[in-house]
Amino acid sequence: MNVIETERLTKRFGDFVAVDRLDFQVARGEIFGFLGANGAGKTTAMRMLCGLSVPTSGTARVAGFDIGRQTESVKKSIGYMSQKFSLYDDLTVAENFRLFGGIYGVPSREIPSRTDEMLELLDFRSEKNTFVKSLPLGWKQKLSFSIAIFHRPGVVFLDEPTGGVDPVSRRRFWELIYEASDRGITVFATTHYMDEAEYCHRASIMVDGRIEALDTPARLKQAHGAASMDEVFRNLARKATRRAD
Amino acid sequence: MILRYLLEKEFKQIFRNRFLPRIIFAFPCVALLVFPLAANFEVRDIRLCLVDHDRSHASSRLVRKIAASGYFKLSRQAPDHRSALSSVESDESDMVLQIPPGFGRDLVGTGTSRVTISANSVDGVKGGIGSAYLSGVVAGFADEIRQEIHPEPAGAGPGRIETVPRLRFNPHLRYESMMVPALMVMLLTMICGFLPALNIVSEKEKGTIEQINVTPVGKSTFILSKLLPYWLIGLLVMSIGLVIARLVYGLVPLGSLGTIYLFACLYILAISGFGLAISNHSNTMQQAMFVMFFFVMVFNLMSGLFTPVSSMPEWAQATTRINPLSYFIEAMRCVYLKGSGFRDLQPQFLALCACALVMNGWAVLSYRKTT
Amino acid sequence: MERFLSFAKKELLHILRDKRTMLLLLGMPIAQIVLFGFAISTEVGNTKVAILDLARDEASRRIERDLDASRYFEVVAHLEDAAEVEPLFRRGKASLVVVFQDGFRESLLRDGSAEIQLIADATDPNTATVFLQYATSVATAYARENQPPAAAPVGIVPQVRLLYNPQLKGAYNFVPGVLGMMMLLVCAMMTSISIVRERETGTMEVLLVSPVRPIFVILAKMAPYFLLSCVNLATVLLVSVFVLDVPVAGSLPALVLVSFVYILLALALGLLISTIAATQVAAMLVSGMAFMLPVILLSGMMFPVESMPAALQWISNAIPARWYIAAVKDVMIKGLGFQAVAKELAILSGMTVFFVAVALKNFKTRLE
Repeated sequence: MNVIETERLTKRFGDFVAVDRLDFQVARGEIFGFLGANGAGKTTAMRMLCGLSVPTSGTARVAGFDIGRQTESVKKSIGYMSQKFSLYDDLTVAENFRLFGGIYGVPSREIPSRTDEMLELLDFRSEKNTFVKSLPLGWKQKLSFSIAIFHRPGVVFLDEPTGGVDPVSRRRFWELIYEASDRGITVFATTHYMDEAEYCHRASIMVDGRIEALDTPARLKQAHGAASMDEVFRNLARKATRRAD
Repeated sequence: MILRYLLEKEFKQIFRNRFLPRIIFAFPCVALLVFPLAANFEVRDIRLCLVDHDRSHASSRLVRKIAASGYFKLSRQAPDHRSALSSVESDESDMVLQIPPGFGRDLVGTGTSRVTISANSVDGVKGGIGSAYLSGVVAGFADEIRQEIHPEPAGAGPGRIETVPRLRFNPHLRYESMMVPALMVMLLTMICGFLPALNIVSEKEKGTIEQINVTPVGKSTFILSKLLPYWLIGLLVMSIGLVIARLVYGLVPLGSLGTIYLFACLYILAISGFGLAISNHSNTMQQAMFVMFFFVMVFNLMSGLFTPVSSMPEWAQATTRINPLSYFIEAMRCVYLKGSGFRDLQPQFLALCACALVMNGWAVLSYRKTT
Repeated sequence: MERFLSFAKKELLHILRDKRTMLLLLGMPIAQIVLFGFAISTEVGNTKVAILDLARDEASRRIERDLDASRYFEVVAHLEDAAEVEPLFRRGKASLVVVFQDGFRESLLRDGSAEIQLIADATDPNTATVFLQYATSVATAYARENQPPAAAPVGIVPQVRLLYNPQLKGAYNFVPGVLGMMMLLVCAMMTSISIVRERETGTMEVLLVSPVRPIFVILAKMAPYFLLSCVNLATVLLVSVFVLDVPVAGSLPALVLVSFVYILLALALGLLISTIAATQVAAMLVSGMAFMLPVILLSGMMFPVESMPAALQWISNAIPARWYIAAVKDVMIKGLGFQAVAKELAILSGMTVFFVAVALKNFKTRLE
């Protein structure tokens, strides 16, 4: 069963076609890597799928809801972690959980126990009452992720979740992603790091607003006769005419 | 239910800020303690420069009479017009009284004489009133002389009309009783206008709004969560104002406190909604601040707060009809000083309701969860 | 120097790129000066009058007509009964009720004097005092007209000359005030926000680690705002002269010089705020909101400084706008030159130096 289905999904800004007729499906429980160079249109596509941006043409269904007509229903069933850290840094860790849990309709008596559970998972208990602004970046990202899945959504969208952190932290972050996937949450993630692409069940590579390749990492490498996803990516990205800013 | 969590967050954010709670409480207190006495148009102690070319008995009698009137203070005796004028230029004097040579002789001989009054009229009101006062004193002096020369039985002069003023609501012409309500209104406008105007746009700048936009929070719920904190803060500011007015200035509203709070509730809703709408339309806090600054100035200065609405040109008077502040200040003064009740102020009440509805409707509609 | 210029240029481009903000910064002062210049005057006009005419004779009707014809009054209601007065006031429908007692004209003719009662809404004492005066003069004018020529014309004819503003235009007083208020607040807001914002977003650090000395970084940030403020000054002055008919009667160079100093002062004040305020919100609320009240109320823009209680006059000395407004009135309206504004120039320069010094001291301690 597909959790995400797009049909000729397109976004234009004036003359500029940021996202050009995307057609793809993501199955339940999959970890889907959404790759592409800067400016290839990844974030724009993802924002449309999350209901943050309205498509110029084409449609998509997320968790069974139409992103254009049933935006609010889509929002109820997804989690989202934006590229820029966007939790409230003048609230504590627990207060952020409480706020977003409450917004997503997690019953108020369940919030404390779920918070503890999450903190346990993150190995984070000591920071329960720390103000978010004083956390290091790697921890902030883990926190963002756990808030995105706190209400147990069907799909979680991660926009460059590991930007700017060290390899050890990235590795740990991906362990969290696997755990979420094991619990049946579909993960849709953009990333710059090609080693991370290897962790995905399937990956797509976007060039100039279009998907140029989509398959499992193993098959992609085979098709391009490449040893790593990095090489596959370089092969495809070379074709880009659009300049990243 | 979502509202509860959002409100919790707003209050935590406001009261954890190192700066906001201080300005919310300190600013109204300081303002109400310092500024009410500033508003005074009363023209007194006009500095008069005298050019007496006559130096007669009559001229010195006139000068004594002017000094005794209480409005004037002799700042300088100048030998000629030119040096008198430079005394006005250097802001040493406000007016010049020039008594020509032969003033006393003419007055007694021919019965008429003349003086020249020159008034600094950069401030038109002050210049006008000052010269009217001085002309009045001079005319009184002329009457005195006439009585001496041709004594008439009292009451024989035909057709004198006497006006008997009765000053209602503020018989001692205390300026504080005009200013304190005006300042309360200004403070509410600023605090409940600027803070919401900066609020949403600051979430935009920080990026936190994106995390909210991707959730199923309803637009009106979100706006309401932004509105309610300022509503309470505004009522608190209002209460501080009422207490200071009572304790420091001895001002107690003649009408009911309930009416005052009712109008304050509506007004805060209107102005905060307006602030939120501006915040929604702005990309940066700087833009929001400038736009709000513009409107706060316009609302304040063109509402009858300091200058009467009736003295504005037609088109400007028309703008007061969509200015929520003008309804609120009218209601405040009416309740405070005239004891007006809710029934007297129904038009203002309805107008403020309309403002609150329009502004908040606009705030909800202009909040976009998608781009 | 070259570095400084390239920095300043970068800043300027940065400002120019944000079209919306630019439009606001340049458009807002013009809109304000036009609005306030035309709309606001401390003059009292068109006061709403209700008439309670118990006399209903020729004299009372005549005075009523005179009142209505005068530009100071507008008769809005005729009352039948004294009981109607109170509700009228309570609803704010009229500010003055003129009462003619029964037999007004008769007593005027028979006894040679008659009374008119003027019931004024004195909630606003300024306005009430003034319109009472006007109403009295309308009544006495009627009386004088109907007086037979006096037996012996003893009188002093006062020749009144209203210096600098013979038509008693409100704008002559108000435009310098608005100018002083606006330049100060707008400049201070612009600079304080932009510096704090760089600190908040972290770009300030990038600049500070560059080989340029911090003071130059700051100056480079301020230079474009100085330029922008000069543009604002120019447009606002042009609007004042050509749209509002407020002349520059005195020396233009003196006006420009004192304005430059004032702009520098405002920028320095913004800088000072930015060294104290931790966040953009704080910077904006201090420069835009907390300063707004003292500048409007104590600078002489709204209320004459001389009429204030001594303590407030003393405080008003610390408000830069007070000195600038005084200087602008001297030059623009009174038509004076450099000499007349020397004192204001000195005070404003002194304040500027003071603000810069304190700001730099704060700035250094912040960096260390």
